[in-house]
Amino acid sequence: MATTHTRSHARLMMAPSVLLLFLWMIVPLAMTIYFSFLRYNLLMPGMEEYTGFLNYQFFLTDPAFFTALGNTLLLTGGVLLITVIGGILLALLLDQPIFGQGIVRILVIAPFFVMPTVSALVWKNMFFNPVNGIFAWLFKLFGAQPLDWLAQIPLLSIIFIVAWQWLPFSTLILLTALQSLDEEQKEAAEMDGAGFLSRFIYIVLPHMARAITVVILIQTIFLLSVFAEILVTTNGGPGIQTTNLTYLVYAQALLQFDIGGASAGGIVAVILANIVAFFLMRMIGKNLEG
Amino acid sequence: MARKVSTSRKLTFTALAWIVAFLIFFPILWTFLTSFKTEAEAVASPPSFLFFDWTTENYAEVQSRSDYFKHFFNSVVISLGSTLIGLLIAIPAAWAMAFSPTKRTKDVLMWMLSTKMMPPVGAMIPIYLIFRDTGFLDTRTGLVVVLMLINLPIIVWMLYTYFKEIPGEILEAARMDGASLSQELTQVLAPMAVPGIASTVLLNIILSWNEAFWTLNLTASKAAPLTAFIASYSSPEGLFYAKLSAASTMAIAPVLIMGWFSQKQLVRGLTFGAVK
Repeated sequence: MATTHTRSHARLMMAPSVLLLFLWMIVPLAMTIYFSFLRYNLLMPGMEEYTGFLNYQFFLTDPAFFTALGNTLLLTGGVLLITVIGGILLALLLDQPIFGQGIVRILVIAPFFVMPTVSALVWKNMFFNPVNGIFAWLFKLFGAQPLDWLAQIPLLSIIFIVAWQWLPFSTLILLTALQSLDEEQKEAAEMDGAGFLSRFIYIVLPHMARAITVVILIQTIFLLSVFAEILVTTNGGPGIQTTNLTYLVYAQALLQFDIGGASAGGIVAVILANIVAFFLMRMIGKNLEG
Repeated sequence: MARKVSTSRKLTFTALAWIVAFLIFFPILWTFLTSFKTEAEAVASPPSFLFFDWTTENYAEVQSRSDYFKHFFNSVVISLGSTLIGLLIAIPAAWAMAFSPTKRTKDVLMWMLSTKMMPPVGAMIPIYLIFRDTGFLDTRTGLVVVLMLINLPIIVWMLYTYFKEIPGEILEAARMDGASLSQELTQVLAPMAVPGIASTVLLNIILSWNEAFWTLNLTASKAAPLTAFIASYSSPEGLFYAKLSAASTMAIAPVLIMGWFSQKQLVRGLTFGAVK
């Protein structure tokens, strides 16, 4: 039973965390909103002035915005598609009785621990390189013309790299969910003559539904903000073919020094992420009650 | 009840699983192998898989050319520093929420989580300008603070889910026996909380070690951790695959090993307890 005494204690103990996070959330966000209404370029110091919604108007009507928005959605959607379907298949495979299951698991989850700049550069140079990459060698081995991956299919190549990094995450979580499925329920269905496919559709999939939702939502939060992989492989190019919203805002702020325009872009990105976050929070909140 | 599985079926699945696992792991294995080749062998076609003259000169060269250990040390300071400071701030909060919950505890937890949802570009511009004006750009202190703040919600959450599993009756019994708050903490709670705290620390070191938005944007060279150091290989001169591989192998080895030991906690930490 919490007394008034322990309750005030509790408040005191929570204060540092709450205060710090409050500041971290509110100060930069307020400043970004403030900047987004200014004409503010780092190359013209002292010339800041209020411009109303002009930055938003420029940002939202810039063709680059639509390309970046499209790229963001393609990148997020593509990686989700690969990692969710691949993750389900891999989880089903690893859930089977196999020899050396522990080692297989360790190998499969390894890419998740590789830092983004390493995985991007390793793929870019040692696999995608059209002259001496592994893929070029494989293509030549089968008599095909080697592909210049990052020049010819840049966005797909980046989707590939990011999917490689996130496949372990979805596999691990879906496998955890799968292993909590009641063995007896599966056995009963098997004895009733249910085939693999109907067992999967009527028993396994509904059981995993919640974990799949969690995977989709959490990955979306991270995938909307992919940055390092783009920076070290293509710099958003060729042209702006691999520029996503995060990279567009970065380029506008730190390469073109347009603080006002970049801030407006940042706020647009925040609004987008909030739409996703809304659903994620409801999921996790429901779980907290149970 | 164990199910009987035919050996042939088990062998088929085993073969399939090993092939898939090998393909997924191959880029890491390839990086590791390439780090022991000469630059000429690293770009040889057809590539040599195992039969080449193994050499460790790439490791020596990465160190002598670009002071690798400076960046390694930066990564250690930044990931350990941000995790430990975050822990100091989060433990009391998680403890209070787990053992003296109020009606608002759930709201506070959800709100903390929501701060994690803000995309970094929404905060990058002000933080960059503040750091520039206060001299925190390209300092380890600046990065420790930022990474501590972005990971604080995860630390509080993970600790909270672990602390909640400690039965409250034990604490009450200790209180009845006249234990003071400090005794309660050090003699009753600590031994039961240590495993949870350890996994929280492990996961957060991994996350901070690999963080590559803030580390790339807020450092230049002095305070650059390994994420940023490796990024400098994106515009190299001459042959560099073997050296890139050596630098990469050293950069990923520590967290790869830590990650393998924290598989279970990883699921829990990254899904905020939604999947256990």
